[in-house]
Amino acid sequence: MLTPEQAILASMAVPLTGALLISLAGRMPNLREAITLVTAAVLLAVVLTLLPLVLAGARPSVLLFSLLPGLNIAFQVEPLGMLFALIASGLWIVNSLYSIGYMRGNQEAHQTRFFVCFALAIAATMGIAFSGNLFTLFIFYEVLTLSTYPLVTHHGTEKARDGGRIYLGLLLSTSTVLLLPALVFIWFIAGTTDFTVGGILADKLKPGELALLLGLCVFGIGKAALMPFHRWLPAAMVAPTPVSALLHAVAVVKAGVFSVVKVMVYVFGVDTLATAGTTNWLVAVAGFTIIAASVVALTADNLKRRLAYSTISQLSYVTMAAALLAPLSLVGAVMHIAAHAVGKITLFFAAGAIYTAAHKTEVSQLDGIGRRMPWTMGAFAIAALSMIGLPPAAGFISKWYMVSGAMASQHWLAVTVIVLSTLLNAGYFLPIIYRAFFVAPAADAHDHPHGEAPLLMVIALTATASATVLLFFFPDVPLALARQMINP
Amino acid sequence: MNLAPHLPALQVVVPLIAAPLTVLLRRRSVAFGVALVASWLALAISLQLWWQVANTGTISYAIGSWPAPWGIEYRIDRLNSFLLVLVSGIAALALPFSRSSIESEVPPQQHYLFYTMFVLCLAGLLGIAITGDAFNIFVFLEVSSLSAYVLIALGRDRRALFAAYQYLLVGSIGATFLVIGIGLLYLMTGTLNLADMGQRLASVQGTRPVLAALAFITVGVSLKLALFPLHQWLPNAYAFAPSAVSAFLAATATKVAVYVLLRFYFTVFGESAVFAKLPMQQMMLLMALAGMFAASTIAIFQTDLKRLFAYSSVAQIGYIILGLSFNSVNGLTASIVHLFNHGITKGAIFMLLGCVALGMGGTTLARVQGLGKRMPLASFGIVVGGLSLMGVPGTAGFISKWYLLLAALEQGRWWLVFMIVLSSLLAAVYVWRFVEVAYFRAPRQDTADVAATPWLMSVPTAILVIAIVYFGLDTSFTIGTASDAAAALLGGRR
Repeated sequence: MLTPEQAILASMAVPLTGALLISLAGRMPNLREAITLVTAAVLLAVVLTLLPLVLAGARPSVLLFSLLPGLNIAFQVEPLGMLFALIASGLWIVNSLYSIGYMRGNQEAHQTRFFVCFALAIAATMGIAFSGNLFTLFIFYEVLTLSTYPLVTHHGTEKARDGGRIYLGLLLSTSTVLLLPALVFIWFIAGTTDFTVGGILADKLKPGELALLLGLCVFGIGKAALMPFHRWLPAAMVAPTPVSALLHAVAVVKAGVFSVVKVMVYVFGVDTLATAGTTNWLVAVAGFTIIAASVVALTADNLKRRLAYSTISQLSYVTMAAALLAPLSLVGAVMHIAAHAVGKITLFFAAGAIYTAAHKTEVSQLDGIGRRMPWTMGAFAIAALSMIGLPPAAGFISKWYMVSGAMASQHWLAVTVIVLSTLLNAGYFLPIIYRAFFVAPAADAHDHPHGEAPLLMVIALTATASATVLLFFFPDVPLALARQMINP
Repeated sequence: MNLAPHLPALQVVVPLIAAPLTVLLRRRSVAFGVALVASWLALAISLQLWWQVANTGTISYAIGSWPAPWGIEYRIDRLNSFLLVLVSGIAALALPFSRSSIESEVPPQQHYLFYTMFVLCLAGLLGIAITGDAFNIFVFLEVSSLSAYVLIALGRDRRALFAAYQYLLVGSIGATFLVIGIGLLYLMTGTLNLADMGQRLASVQGTRPVLAALAFITVGVSLKLALFPLHQWLPNAYAFAPSAVSAFLAATATKVAVYVLLRFYFTVFGESAVFAKLPMQQMMLLMALAGMFAASTIAIFQTDLKRLFAYSSVAQIGYIILGLSFNSVNGLTASIVHLFNHGITKGAIFMLLGCVALGMGGTTLARVQGLGKRMPLASFGIVVGGLSLMGVPGTAGFISKWYLLLAALEQGRWWLVFMIVLSSLLAAVYVWRFVEVAYFRAPRQDTADVAATPWLMSVPTAILVIAIVYFGLDTSFTIGTASDAAAALLGGRR
């Protein structure tokens, strides 16, 4: 068995080794894919060894080395990171199955590079999840940006290049111009950047400075896609769908909101923020993002674009719930990281399956597709329910907690935003389901006989859809982790 | 005979003796062997000196046993031992690199002369760094400069001649200004020993000749270190010189010039005098910012990679000067560590460009289309170097940027913090021009048969690329030395 310390390091070493082996096995696609799957399985096993320890209250940590005094590359597993690592590594297995089906089904080029970069991105995600201080998090955050760039621009076309420019430009400039100065400042003020229960900035700054620093952090973490720094996410949709699914519904964007929550809880400290009363503006900005992104999603005909704006909106739920600072809403924020992950990956899987089987990308082309692809659209429907926040899907639980938290702290703006956006969510998801199942297929040039997508893809999206439902009935692990984060 | 006490002298003497030897032996492979041994010995000596200084403190060596201030003193402290390691280390890598790279760039019958000039240049640069004597600095500056002019003129392109001539004119003006400044100081103090001069200046501080000397030295050295807007010679020189020379000079020559500036400012004039009597702090800050933004912007519009990265050098020198202008330990640490970090980064990039020029037949953006397919490793190496220029964490450049930001923050100058990060975004733009051309354009037909890179070129290049990442993660050597050196320059002030 691995010691906890070894497990932490292995969670990054395993995908890195995987990346190396994948690149060596590039000429033998079957072997290469086998390596991907085995790596993903091993990674999940490694991450799972840590779960019982963390649930039991242990916080294993590793100090890798010290870059400068007080500035360490160090890891520590705490409940939030545990959950994030669990989600990312668990969904990587499913996503690998799906990717294999998708990449082969669409005869994509450069598949080796694709799988190598994917494994690198997962390694970076694990680094983010387990980072023990803001500095380590920042490093892996940048690594994640850079390692996903080749995935976003995978097709190598002009369009991919332009998308990549926006992607990299926005993510790099927010993290460099806003987050980096904040990081240096935190280090300068506190002499450390370690994630500490209760925060490290208590009594060190005036409320105004605190608000400014918080602004630098939350906008600097561009991956959380808070408006006005959200444009990279729709731009990243030029990527092949598995990339959008795992990275831009789970790993990358969740790395964003995960970092936001983590910074607020472990760097600023919930109490420090609450005393200073500096998060109301953040609730407003996140609320605006939720509504505005939903409205854009309502008007988008391209399916992936609609999903992208839905993601932007859902991410801001997490940010808003965290900014409410109420214990219940924080639980909601953490739960929503898990719930949205399984739901949104299902939606993207479905979008990719539709593209592979029917070569359709627009919502308006989907009339009657549910009859030809019942599994795909069934999964889509379940995931859409989760997005809207209806039972029996995981999204219901997280929304429940968020609304409870908002009401408990009597934040009526937040309550209004959640209610309004629920309506909007229904407004842009239900028509798709209606079209798919209840409208007769249009007999036009787009139409050609097809069935379900390749089996691997269907298995993958069924699995994640089932997870969405299962998480509704058995939300114990994420909830337990969330409670531990709040009451350590 | 025990050579250990004479290492300071040998540091310069070894390459200096190698120079005439290469001329006498003439055969190019023999000349190469001599030069190689000399440069590797120089590296070994500088590492040993660094080790000694780190453990036992400053070394003072009297040339010919004439004690200072009458004789010439070689004085090695944390700062210049660090620089010696950089200069000799880059030379030790650039020399094997040059063996293969000059095959296609320099006529074979001139190869031995190339090695002569190379070791001469090395001796000059090491001499500037090691000596504790003002006039000696000038002499070695001329040794290194004259040999550098020749090295640049050896470039295959006919424009190399013009570039060398341009550099010669500017360099001579710079050297003249420097010697005038030194002369004025000698006039006022009656000594040429830097440390001694520093002490004696205290009584004549603020007099007109001393201020004039400060101005002359600043302008003269600024010409050599290519401080914006005195940088015009640099892009041509780097672009048209043989690639091994570009790599060597880009990594070392301007850095040594910065060292001279540091030495005069802090050891001779004393920082209080420099920054009190004249608005040097503001002036340096202005020049630095102008360089960071203007040169980066110019770099964005270059069509040749060598020129692109040459302008990037001018911008990066801006960072170094910016650190100096803070007049604080953290600021100086940033400057000194960036000397090293930028040295290895640019050394690596120009070596990589040498490999690319050999493989693809040129380094214009039009020619390197699809480099990611044709030469994946070299292309990746340039990206790593580019990331270091941008200051991405995990690369050496990040460490320098971190200290610069820290220096700005501790003085509460938030606007400067944002200037620094914004200018690093400009670096991202020019680096990404390369990335897009290398990875998104289909390779040209006429670059179909890429010549394999000889191992003599690829191995030193790979070492430097790895060093970029290594020194981005392990800072015990770089920051450890630089912060000590900075504290010492500021007289132990923390």
